[in-house]
Amino acid sequence: MKQTIIPLGPYHPLLEEPEYFKLYVEGERVVDLDVEIGYNHRGIEKLSEGKTWDQVPYLVERICGICSTSHPMAYCLAVEDLVGCDIPKRAQLIRVVVCELERLHSHLLWVGLAGHFIGYNTVWMWAWKYRETILEICEKLTGNRNHYAMFKPGGVRRDFNKEQIEYALERIVEVEKPTRMLTDAILDDPVIHKRLKGIGVLKKKDAILYSALGPTARGSGVPWDVRNDEPLDGFKDLKWKVIVQKDGDVFSKGVVRLLECFESVSLIKQALLSLPEGGAIDADIREIPAGEGCGRYEAPRGEVFHYVRSDGSNMPYRHKVRAPTFNNLPTFKASCKGETIADVALITASIDPCYCCTERVAVVDKNNNEKILREKDLLKLSVDKTRNIMKKLGKAPPLYNMEI
Amino acid sequence: MSKEVMKDLREKLKGKIIDIVQPRKKRIYIRVEPKKAPEVIEYLFFKYKCKFCTATGMDIREGIEIIYHLAREDKNMVINVKTLVPYPNLEIKSIGKKIPAFRWVEREINEMLGVTFIGHPDMRRLLLADSFPKGKYPLRKDFKHSDVNDEDYDYERSGL
Repeated sequence: MKQTIIPLGPYHPLLEEPEYFKLYVEGERVVDLDVEIGYNHRGIEKLSEGKTWDQVPYLVERICGICSTSHPMAYCLAVEDLVGCDIPKRAQLIRVVVCELERLHSHLLWVGLAGHFIGYNTVWMWAWKYRETILEICEKLTGNRNHYAMFKPGGVRRDFNKEQIEYALERIVEVEKPTRMLTDAILDDPVIHKRLKGIGVLKKKDAILYSALGPTARGSGVPWDVRNDEPLDGFKDLKWKVIVQKDGDVFSKGVVRLLECFESVSLIKQALLSLPEGGAIDADIREIPAGEGCGRYEAPRGEVFHYVRSDGSNMPYRHKVRAPTFNNLPTFKASCKGETIADVALITASIDPCYCCTERVAVVDKNNNEKILREKDLLKLSVDKTRNIMKKLGKAPPLYNMEI
Repeated sequence: MSKEVMKDLREKLKGKIIDIVQPRKKRIYIRVEPKKAPEVIEYLFFKYKCKFCTATGMDIREGIEIIYHLAREDKNMVINVKTLVPYPNLEIKSIGKKIPAFRWVEREINEMLGVTFIGHPDMRRLLLADSFPKGKYPLRKDFKHSDVNDEDYDYERSGL
């Protein structure tokens, strides 16, 4: 059969990360795929070599708007590893609270977008509505909805007061119940089961070979979670469990994320309740000696890895940043093969990168005839497939007429 | 547990490494010759069940130091394998040939620091623009922003 190349991406005006997928298809089936990134390379590592140790957290916070605590966290851990100092208990628990809040809002964002992709706009609206509560808690606790600027090498920059803690404990309950309802609704829905199960399977062997991270790995039965593997001292007293699913398909990755939300809620409650009265929130690092350190932390999408080398001056000699998507993107080579074009958008969404990839799809065949599928055409392909499953199961399609 | 890992690695990697140190409880640093690096890393990845974290390339005047970061999750350890590729012959055997997880990071080190990975299946640019001038390596210490001018960009290569 004639092989066709379908370019996916690279730009989308609404989303921040452009990336370009080249799909090699035969008919409807994807036989190979090539990923190109680098459209948004900002040279953060080079910039970081010209910033002082205390300025770098603000820089790395801006690597990603959604993972804006995980990067400073990993950087601070790397510097603390270099210096070899201990962090006060109160500071550690404050870090846990902020990081888990971030995980919650990131996971809910993903659930909403995944719902939108398969034509469940109610899921999208609900998930984002509950996410709003989390952002309000973030604002109350840290002063900002997204870029918190809470961390510095040695501790945290701001303390929580009693009023803030009470507010957070009160509001977090509001999230738990609707999230439970949303999870049950998704996990019980036969259409979603049919639509997402067995799609884009990443085998355990491939997950290890590509060193996939975070929910992508845990959905394939690889129990890697840095919070568990290399726990902070603050994590040791808290009770929680690593969520692992075996199947490796899009459904499993979604289940991992949904169930992790409850672990996060429980962790936030435990951490806020066990905050010690008063005490230091900063180890007061004055000087960074020559040496090197690695820091890693579990971001919503997987492990963030930072490496710093110091030559004893006030700036890093080298600062290496590795975000989780760098490891997760190449797994498409294993998980997209043999799937249909209608599912590829969903599979790429399942590792939770940004969605820019779906803006423009052009089908080009050998005679240079070009057909352009835009984001809405792709979305339509995916939604139509869900509708067909609904029809087969004898379920009525949703009452609303979705405007795509 | 950490002593066990050190003892184990010392025995298993005998004769292949220059030295092995453990500055902190959860961190191990191993130094190897560039020729032995692929062998040591393949051992750590396949037999010792390490996960690939990333690799860092660094300009340290005498050459480019490459640090492969691996992690043994069940033992709570980050194992860093360091190797120095001396100037002017920046060449090292590719690990991405056997372990696909290393492919992207090798491409990155290649364009940023100019190290050639022999046997790499796909040595295109990863992050830099296709039109970025050849032979300029932005992460080297002697690279200045003024080194690259607008005229140096090769727009024909990028098709613009």
